Amino acid sequence: MPVILATDILIWLLVCAAAAFAWYCSTRPHLAAPWRKVFRSRAAVASGTFLILYLGVGLLDSLHYRPALSSTDPKARAVYGVEVHSLLDAALASLRERQERTYSAPLATRLYQKEQVEQPGGASVREFPRLRYGGAHLEDEADAPKDIALRALAGLAFGTLAWAAIFAATRRPLRRRRPDIPWNAAFAALAVLLAFAGPVAALATHYHVLGTDKIGQDVLYQALKSIRTSLVIGTLTTLVLLPLGIAAGIAAGYFRGWVDDVIQYVYTTINSIPGVLLIAASVLMVQVYVDGNPSLFPTSAQRSDFRLLMLCAILGAVSWTGLARLLRGEALKISQLEYIQAAHAFGVSHGRVLLRHILPNVVHIVIITVVLEFSTLVLAEAVLSYIGVGVDPSTTSFGTMINAARLEMAREPMVWWSLGTAFVFMFVLVLAANLFADAVRDGFDPRVRV
Amino acid sequence: MLAYVVRRVLYAIPILVGINLITFALFFLVNTPDDMARMQLGQKRVTPEAIQKWKAERGYDKPLFFNDGSLTNTIFFEKSIRLFAFDFGRAEDNRDIANEIRQRMGPSLALAIPVFLVGLAVNITFALGMAFFRATYLDLWGVVLCVAMMSISTLFYIIGGQYLISKLWHLVPISGYAGGADAAKFVVLPALIGVFGGIGAGSRWYRTLFLEEMTRDYVRTARAKGLGEGAVMFRHVLKNAMIPILTGVVAVIPLLFMGSLLSESFFGIPGLGSYTIDAIQAQDFAVVRAMVFIGSVLYILGLLLTDLSYTLVDPRVRLD
Repeated sequence: MPVILATDILIWLLVCAAAAFAWYCSTRPHLAAPWRKVFRSRAAVASGTFLILYLGVGLLDSLHYRPALSSTDPKARAVYGVEVHSLLDAALASLRERQERTYSAPLATRLYQKEQVEQPGGASVREFPRLRYGGAHLEDEADAPKDIALRALAGLAFGTLAWAAIFAATRRPLRRRRPDIPWNAAFAALAVLLAFAGPVAALATHYHVLGTDKIGQDVLYQALKSIRTSLVIGTLTTLVLLPLGIAAGIAAGYFRGWVDDVIQYVYTTINSIPGVLLIAASVLMVQVYVDGNPSLFPTSAQRSDFRLLMLCAILGAVSWTGLARLLRGEALKISQLEYIQAAHAFGVSHGRVLLRHILPNVVHIVIITVVLEFSTLVLAEAVLSYIGVGVDPSTTSFGTMINAARLEMAREPMVWWSLGTAFVFMFVLVLAANLFADAVRDGFDPRVRV
Repeated sequence: MLAYVVRRVLYAIPILVGINLITFALFFLVNTPDDMARMQLGQKRVTPEAIQKWKAERGYDKPLFFNDGSLTNTIFFEKSIRLFAFDFGRAEDNRDIANEIRQRMGPSLALAIPVFLVGLAVNITFALGMAFFRATYLDLWGVVLCVAMMSISTLFYIIGGQYLISKLWHLVPISGYAGGADAAKFVVLPALIGVFGGIGAGSRWYRTLFLEEMTRDYVRTARAKGLGEGAVMFRHVLKNAMIPILTGVVAVIPLLFMGSLLSESFFGIPGLGSYTIDAIQAQDFAVVRAMVFIGSVLYILGLLLTDLSYTLVDPRVRLD
């Protein structure tokens, strides 16, 4: 039975909107040219490849359903479980279901802490017990390094083959269609990805490649699930940010007078409140609301989804002021130009001037802001979740992963893998987003015409 | 000049009133004091009497705006208007918030000021270096390094630094604080981490400012007159680029009082940052409200200082 979460709808709508905007750009030369310039940059193409992969994982994780419970009677009405799964969960079922008792190190065959184990003779000893799933297929544990090496090599070989197949199949058609795009950068990025993904995938079937956490859940699975949370926060926030920022900014710059005064007053006021505190206060209030109205949220997935959505809305409502200020300045300049005066002389209405003549001329600022904002938001999520005003504790996100791992810092020897995994996955995502944003800024900023 | 300052201060009043209204709406209209009481007292089995008692103890049992014709004996007056007189009331643990803030200001500043000053010096040095070697591999890799450093969450800088320096090498205590000269021992690591974490974004931004300044006509004139690249950089570009840098920096000086949220709570420094975090985590609304108000006042002060600093560093700007 499909379950439609609010963020799912919005994220797919956003994908459609992005596609529509891409089509719009391709028909307008003044927007198509900067994008062409963006994709001529090697860094943008390579980081774009990584971003598309992250996006794919996130979108796969945005199609939810409640699995039917298997019943022996074929005529009985299907009964659905209360757990909400996504397509990603289904794809990674083996990772999700193979749960250990508690911590285990990456690729380990034994648990990370000693437990009382019953010996066949009746006596019990304290030792590190074997894992239930990690390396359970091995008869002799001493074979583990050899087994791991063989599997990793096989995975690497498979990754190389897959890369070679993609390379051979797509290189020529792509080159022929768009010779100006540096496809080699994309292929190089893909090669790096597959070189890591191949061995990891090959090992993941029999080991916990990145270890397990406190309740024995696979860390790799958590990291992949966290991607959706990051993407949702980085993108859905713009749904609130853009309308507010664009409307307020353009109106202030175009109408001036008291409209300008009021809008400037509103955004100075919002800006004056320390961002973290405003977000914290709002999230606390959302929490009070959710706790006060349990009947509105039948499943825990819906409850945490509502909190995620509200977090996006709050972040958007706090961060539109920067965009509004930029657009106000630009609209002030543009509304003085001759063609706007000509439009007034012809009797064009205010609404039409705003929509047809001002808005298209500030689109570049909007694009730059959206792209730059993304990485900031992904980083902000981790900090907010640490403070306790981010996503719901039951939502898997990089912030909650770091927060849980931090409590284990004092452990001796240290449990480092959750932290390390969150670091690598987040770093790659934010770095790719930053590099892409740089290229977009270079492409669209009229001041950078070198 | 004086007239300008007076006008700006007067302009701040409606903004403060607006902030007050927003926080009031957020804390008392979106959710009623009953909701807050239930949250504080725990979810299950809260008797109406317990809620009444909780509200009465904190003065939340009054009407919001009107109380039989009196405007002063209301929640709005008691909780919001009083903030203007820096009367913040009491926290959940019944301590005076204003007193607490006075005590915690010292540790916050002991950490924030070194981070601010050293960070500024380091960032300007790096940015100047990159701008000097612009369009070489040194500059290119410098920028790449900056972007990479920007892409790492502050949390990792703190966790990594704490683990490496305190736990592995035992150079400084892991966390804690002491007054007087002992403070240095506790502050040095969080300060270093704060500086280090800010290098990426800071030096990249200043590099852009330097490069923008280097496209100006006076730079070309100086070069045409035969001035060496070093002299152009240090005597002309650096001085002129300091205008946007300083004016940008002035805005954050008042906010140093607020302390650093993350560093203080990780390193156990009893400053205003950790006070805020504790209040958020304990859902102590009175403290959060007080910190919102102080933060806003400091921000507005920063805006005013920014405008004034323009006149001081750039004689072309006149305020009227």
